[in-house]
Amino acid sequence: MRADDILTPTAGTRTIYRINPVAKLAAAAVIGIALVFSLDWVSASVALACEGVLFLFAGLGPRRFVRRTLPVTIAAVFAAGTILLYGRASGASRWRFLLVNVTDGSIELSVATLLKVLAIGLPAVVLFVTVDPTDLADGLAQVLRLPSRFVLGALGGLRLVGLFADDWKSLELARRARGIADSGRLRRFAGQAFALLVLSIRRGSKLATAMEARGFGSSIPRSWARESRFGARDWMLVAISFGVASAAISTSVLTGNWNFLAGA
Amino acid sequence: MQATDTSLRPSTGRIDPHWRVVDIVVASVLGVASALVFFAWNQVYAPVTAPLDAVLPGSQALFYGVWLFAGVLGGLVIRKPGAALFTELVAAVVSALLGAQWGGFAVIEAGLVQGLGAELVFLLFLYHRWNVVVAMLAGAVAGLAMAVNDIVGYYLASGATFQAIYGASGFISGAVIAGLGSWFIVRGLARTGVLSRFASGRPGPR
Amino acid sequence: MFSETPLSIDARGWGWRHAGRAGWALRGLDLRIEPGERVLLLGASGAGKSTLVHALAGVLGGEEEGESEGRLFVDDTDAARARGRVGLVLQDPDSQVVLARVGDDVAFGCENMGVSRDEIWSRVEQSLRAVGLDVPLAHPTSALSGGQKQRLALAGVLAMRPGLLLLDEPTANLDPHGVIEVRDAVARVVEQSGSTLVVVEHRVDVWWPTVDRVVVLAPGGGVLADGTPDEVLRREGANLAASGVWVPGHPPKHPARLRRPGGTLLHTEALAVGRSTALQSDIDIVARAGECMALTGPNGVGKTTLGLTLGGLLPAIDGRLVAGALRRGLGTDPLRWKSRELVTRIGSVFQDPEHQFVSGTVAGELAVGARAIGLSEHETARRVDPLLERLRLGHLAAANPFTLSGGEKRRLSVATVLVTRPPLLVLDEPTFGQDSRTWAELVAFLAELLDEGSSLIAVTHDVHLVDALADAELRMWQADHALESRVP
Repeated sequence: MRADDILTPTAGTRTIYRINPVAKLAAAAVIGIALVFSLDWVSASVALACEGVLFLFAGLGPRRFVRRTLPVTIAAVFAAGTILLYGRASGASRWRFLLVNVTDGSIELSVATLLKVLAIGLPAVVLFVTVDPTDLADGLAQVLRLPSRFVLGALGGLRLVGLFADDWKSLELARRARGIADSGRLRRFAGQAFALLVLSIRRGSKLATAMEARGFGSSIPRSWARESRFGARDWMLVAISFGVASAAISTSVLTGNWNFLAGA
Repeated sequence: MQATDTSLRPSTGRIDPHWRVVDIVVASVLGVASALVFFAWNQVYAPVTAPLDAVLPGSQALFYGVWLFAGVLGGLVIRKPGAALFTELVAAVVSALLGAQWGGFAVIEAGLVQGLGAELVFLLFLYHRWNVVVAMLAGAVAGLAMAVNDIVGYYLASGATFQAIYGASGFISGAVIAGLGSWFIVRGLARTGVLSRFASGRPGPR
Repeated sequence: MFSETPLSIDARGWGWRHAGRAGWALRGLDLRIEPGERVLLLGASGAGKSTLVHALAGVLGGEEEGESEGRLFVDDTDAARARGRVGLVLQDPDSQVVLARVGDDVAFGCENMGVSRDEIWSRVEQSLRAVGLDVPLAHPTSALSGGQKQRLALAGVLAMRPGLLLLDEPTANLDPHGVIEVRDAVARVVEQSGSTLVVVEHRVDVWWPTVDRVVVLAPGGGVLADGTPDEVLRREGANLAASGVWVPGHPPKHPARLRRPGGTLLHTEALAVGRSTALQSDIDIVARAGECMALTGPNGVGKTTLGLTLGGLLPAIDGRLVAGALRRGLGTDPLRWKSRELVTRIGSVFQDPEHQFVSGTVAGELAVGARAIGLSEHETARRVDPLLERLRLGHLAAANPFTLSGGEKRRLSVATVLVTRPPLLVLDEPTFGQDSRTWAELVAFLAELLDEGSSLIAVTHDVHLVDALADAELRMWQADHALESRVP
């Protein structure tokens, strides 16, 4: 199981795999930006409900879905827990202990936080799971017209990550072979991380030379072997994300729950 | 015939703002390597920082400087305008691809904000000063940016005390872990000779 | 715009100094190479061959990275502006792969030159065929072997239709099979396209039939010898061999050995090794004091894995590894030994020496093992200093290990395991990257160790090493192996 596997997207033929990565990026951004401005359970839950329906079409089996989104869920719970215990106090106090103060207000806000983190995080994870780094780079350079030197240079550096895992294993075994693996785990970890950094920078410099030798980085206008198209399907996804965002915001505003920046 | 002389000669200190291919690739490598550190840190940070949160809520941010060192490191190694922002952004994007907890967009947005913080400091010094004080300052401002971003994104409902402690912790953590830490890393890297294509790998005016 | 008309090279008093260095890498070079010539570039380490080749490809960098003097022209244009018309293949297969899919990687160069999309894909097909890489376009590049990756790099370069092909030690990191693959691909390509070829390599015998001219560079600049392969061999053969070049017909001397096999240090019982699945099974070998065993075979059959398992670093998939006289009071399974107990019994040298560097100086590197087993400062110095001298690393004692040359790094990694005096040594490619002089010294040194009673297990591609030292050879291939005795 190579580190490459983490970056290789799940393959498939469903529509979602053929949507332009830039569209996926935009969709996740729209939802994220829309929800970030208010902390209330209505907007978050409406968004989450719409997303839940859409996830059914995402092409991700239930087991894979749970595995990939577990970290988000855990983080959401952790953040909500913090708010529950230390959040801004309002309403009747339910439990006090040292600096902990659980109140009606903090309970409501913690629920809202949980839903909000999930509503922003889940769709982003689901969308990114199906993104291929090369296609993303093509999209960023061709559709968004970001400078190709930076996008492709970054992609080149990203490719080197597949070698890191093998290097890391070797570095660990080497420490045992040198007689220093018995103690000082943290120190060894730092030493190994530094060695890995040295090796990767060296490889990166060599890769840069190889890329330049193939004409990269010159002023000649570049052509593209793979075309990145932004068509009807892609606009559709962006439109859907706008739909979800506006449904969430309007419901919240109409029911009087809109809580701009938590009333800061 | 004279053997190749590998002794060093100081550089002139003139910086060319144009990014070479090796600048882009190495900045990306630094970003990717940082993303891996972030990934490892993401797995263990919760239990490590929870005790701090329990004792003094908001102080868990004292460890959050780990997420900031990419930008400062990138700036110190590449020494070109935009290096800090670019490196932190690449680290964030890769982190997102690796499935960071908070979902792709939030991670990238955080990287943008944090990278800007460090970049601002380097800009303030006109991209001419790269000593330890500048490094710590860059880390500190990145830490402040992170604190503000986190509060707006997750802790809007928390009290003023929490926010103040969080902000101060972020500032300190950024200065020490991201700033001082990155500076030591760059010094170590320069000694191994891998930075020979960069001004940071050659002796010269700081 | 860019055709396959072969390009010429013209250097007049050319020199280059890297930024931050006081000395010149190359100076006063006068060289003329005609279009279509096939040249082998030789010279001792440090003669600037790599610098010259990088300069011809236009990738040395601008003012920020160094200064030049004199002129270097590729077909009447300054070499620095010749990017895209010159193809360069480098030494490290992993550092030349740009994209994740084979087809995309080959297309990369064409995209940079602004070739139209249809033209790109037709060139990709042609180039892959020309180098003999028969894999689908969507095949992941990370799944290619070293030889395949080098051919992929060659294909990527070919797709740009360069008039000059430059190869900087393209086969140095490959196994013998990969070396032949790449050499044949290059020969075929040059035959078909007629482009000018310049190869920098130490393996002279591999490239001998492909080139029609040999140029030898002197350290610091200037040309030492220039002519057809036979001429240069006749005139300068002995000199070249003396300065370290591997010249066909001038093999380095094999050391004399007193074969005095001693007791069994370690043996295996039906050992199976691998990472997750067994690469090799049912291995029964014995490591005796005073004996050398060679583990040979193509890449991927499990040689390194076997070496690591024998060294007590990786767990066996099946079977047992039993330490005999080696254990000295500990259990019989080396895997269970603590790290500092392992280091005084089995010394392992890795395939990539850089993986084992843990210190900031060469002397510090040697002291690490001594400190791990608790030796005093005095005792440490007593062991470290002679080793530094013996392996010719004395002048580098304060240097950072990462700044050493490939051959020096290899010698350093061998020196570091010897500080703790383990009776059994497991070495992975110990002679890799050595020129013929340092090769002879290293092999003589290993022979001495054997005569003093050490046991050696060497994972190697080097046939000469096997001839010189091995008492037994475990030949491995896909899922099978055979043990041969080499004692006369």
